[in-house]
Amino acid sequence: MIGGENAGRGRDDRSGVDGHARGARLHAERIGWGVAGVRILVEVALTAEPGATVGLLGPNGSGKSSLLRLLAGLARPDSGRVLLDDVALGALPRRARARRIAVVTQQAATDVEMSALEVVLLGRTPYRPPLAGVAAADLDLARRALADAGLAGFAQRRWSSLSGGERQRVDLARALVQEPDLLLLDEPTNHLDIRHQLELLGFLAESATTVVVTLHDLNLAAQYCDRLVLLHAGRVVAAGTPGEVLTTSRIEQVYRVRTDVDTAADGRPRIRYRRA
Amino acid sequence: MTSSVTSSLAPTGSTVGAGRGPSAKAGAWRSGRYVLPLAVILLLLSIAAVTVGSADLPVDSVLRAVGTHLGLPVRPLPPLPDSIVWDLRLPRVLLAALVGAGLAVCGAVLQALTRNPLADPFLLGVSSGASMGAVAVLVLGIQLGSGPIDLTTGAFAGSVAAFGAVLLLAGRRAGEPTRIVLAGVAVSQLFSAVTSLIVISDAQTQDTRSVTFWLLGSLTAASWPAVALSAAVAGVGLLVCWANATALDAFAFDADTARSLGFSPGRTRLLLFGVTALVAATLVAASGAIGFVGLTVPHAVRFVIGSRHRALLPTCAVVGAIFLIWADTAARTVFSPQELPVGVLTALLGVPMFALVMRRRAGTS
Repeated sequence: MIGGENAGRGRDDRSGVDGHARGARLHAERIGWGVAGVRILVEVALTAEPGATVGLLGPNGSGKSSLLRLLAGLARPDSGRVLLDDVALGALPRRARARRIAVVTQQAATDVEMSALEVVLLGRTPYRPPLAGVAAADLDLARRALADAGLAGFAQRRWSSLSGGERQRVDLARALVQEPDLLLLDEPTNHLDIRHQLELLGFLAESATTVVVTLHDLNLAAQYCDRLVLLHAGRVVAAGTPGEVLTTSRIEQVYRVRTDVDTAADGRPRIRYRRA
Repeated sequence: MTSSVTSSLAPTGSTVGAGRGPSAKAGAWRSGRYVLPLAVILLLLSIAAVTVGSADLPVDSVLRAVGTHLGLPVRPLPPLPDSIVWDLRLPRVLLAALVGAGLAVCGAVLQALTRNPLADPFLLGVSSGASMGAVAVLVLGIQLGSGPIDLTTGAFAGSVAAFGAVLLLAGRRAGEPTRIVLAGVAVSQLFSAVTSLIVISDAQTQDTRSVTFWLLGSLTAASWPAVALSAAVAGVGLLVCWANATALDAFAFDADTARSLGFSPGRTRLLLFGVTALVAATLVAASGAIGFVGLTVPHAVRFVIGSRHRALLPTCAVVGAIFLIWADTAARTVFSPQELPVGVLTALLGVPMFALVMRRRAGTS
C-alpha cells in the first residue's frame, strides 16, 4: 500500500479550493426515514472519525443504500440529523457540500451519451463559476484521474460502450476529482474483478478521506474497514471493529447463513461459509 | 488500476496546485469551435434563401434592399423587389431561423431533463394547446373585449393554458420527469380531443383547411412584429438554457449525481420546463407546430459533437436555424406557386436523417 501512503501525503500537500485537506468527521444520530408510509430506517446512528473507512453491511433491503443517500444529503431524513464536522448537512449550501461530499451510487443508466472524460469532468463542477467553461487545469486533472483509474486510453470512449466495471471506475474517478473529505460509495466493488476490488479497498483504507462504503463481501469488509455497521431491517444491529461485529451468531441472525469465524494473523476475523 | 486509483488522490491535488499551462486539446472544449463557422454559414445561407423564390433576385439586390432599410448609403431597389425582400422574404427567413433554433434547443434541453430521447418541444402540451387556441379563435370566433383576437394570440393563450394544466396535474412534484411527462401526455390528448370536437361540430370547410395548414406548421404568416417577439422570447430563453448547460450535463448523466454535485434537480427542472414551454408557445403561436426539428436536430448534432450542453445548445441553435430556413425555402418553391406546409417537409427530410442517426448509434453502442 505504498501508493496509498503517497496518496495520503498528496492530499496533505494539495492547495484545495476550500482548504479541507483532511477527512471530515461524519456523525448521524437517530435517523428515521421512510417512503410512502414504509419505514426504511429506524433510529440509525453512525459515526465515522476523520480518515476512517467505515463499512456498511446488511442483507438486501436492510437500508444500506437509503442510509448512504441520507448521509450524502441526497434525501432528507424524516427524523434525526446528519452532521459533517459538527455542522448539519441541511445548513451547508449546495455547492459547499458538493466540494466536501462525493457519492458514487449504483449506476443504473447505460444509455448516457457522454464520453468517459466528460463524466469525470462533471466532478469539477462544484469548483467552477456557474457560467465558466472547462478550465485547462480541470481537463488535465480529469485526464490524470482517468489514467490513475487504469483507463488512460478511455477518455473519448462513450459511457454506453463501457463495461460495468469500467463505468464504476470512471464514476469513482469523477468522485475523486471532486476532492471530497467525505466519500460515500454504494457497492463500488460489485462489477469489479478481484484485483480491482482489492486495489480499490486498499486505496480507500489508506486514503486520508473519510469513507463510508456499502459492501456485500464480509471478508473484504473485515479486511479493509476500520469499523463496520451492520444493518438489519432498517436498524443498526451491531457497530464496532470488524472483530466485534462479525460473529457467527450475529451473521446467522442477520444473513441466515451458518459460518465459522476465526481470527487471522492480522487480528481481523475470517469468515468461512458452511454449505446450505 | 495498477498504481491506479491507489494513487489518484495525489495527482488530483498536485495538478491543481501546479497550475499547469493550457493543455493542447483544451480548445476542443470551447463551444466556439463549431458554432462560429456554422454561424457564418448560417448568414450566407440566409442571404441565399432570400434570393430564392418565384421572383429570382440576385444577391446584390438583397444586400441593397437590406442596406437601404438599415439606412446605409446604397442605391435603393425599385419598390416591388424591395418589398419582396424586406416585407416578404426577409422576415420569413428570419422567423424560420428563430423557430428552427428555438425548437432545436428546446428539444435538446427537454431530452436531457427527462432523459428521454423521444422528448421534443411539444412534450408538455404546448402544441396541442396552441391548436386548440387557434381553432377556438378560427372556428368559434372567440372575442376578446372589443374586437376578435387573432390566431397567434389564441394559439399562445392555448399553449400557456395547456402548460398550466400540465403543471397543475403534475402537482407539487412537477420537478420529477416521469410525472410531468405523463401529465404532458394526458393534457395533450385532452386538448387534441377538444380541438377535434370543435372542428367537427362547427367548422366550415374553409376554416378546416386553414386550421390544417396551420397545424402542420407554416411560416406564411411571418411579419416583422412576429420576428421581433420571437427573437426576444427565444433569445432570452436560449440564454437561460445555455446558462444551465453544466446542470444539464449532470442531469443527462444521473439525477443523484447531479444533486451530489450541488445542483437542485427539482428547481432546475421546473425553471427549464417553464422556459422551454414559454419559448415553444411563442414559436408555435408564430408558425404552428413544426414537427421534427426539435426531435431530430439535437440527436444529429449530439451524434457529431457529443453531448456537452455548453457546445451542444448553440450548435443545435445554428443547425436548427439552417435546417428550417432551407426546409421552408423548399416548401415555398418546390411546388410553386402551390405552397407546402413546412411541417410536412421537415418530417420528410427529418425521418431519413433520424433513421440514419439511429442506425449509426446502434453501431456504436
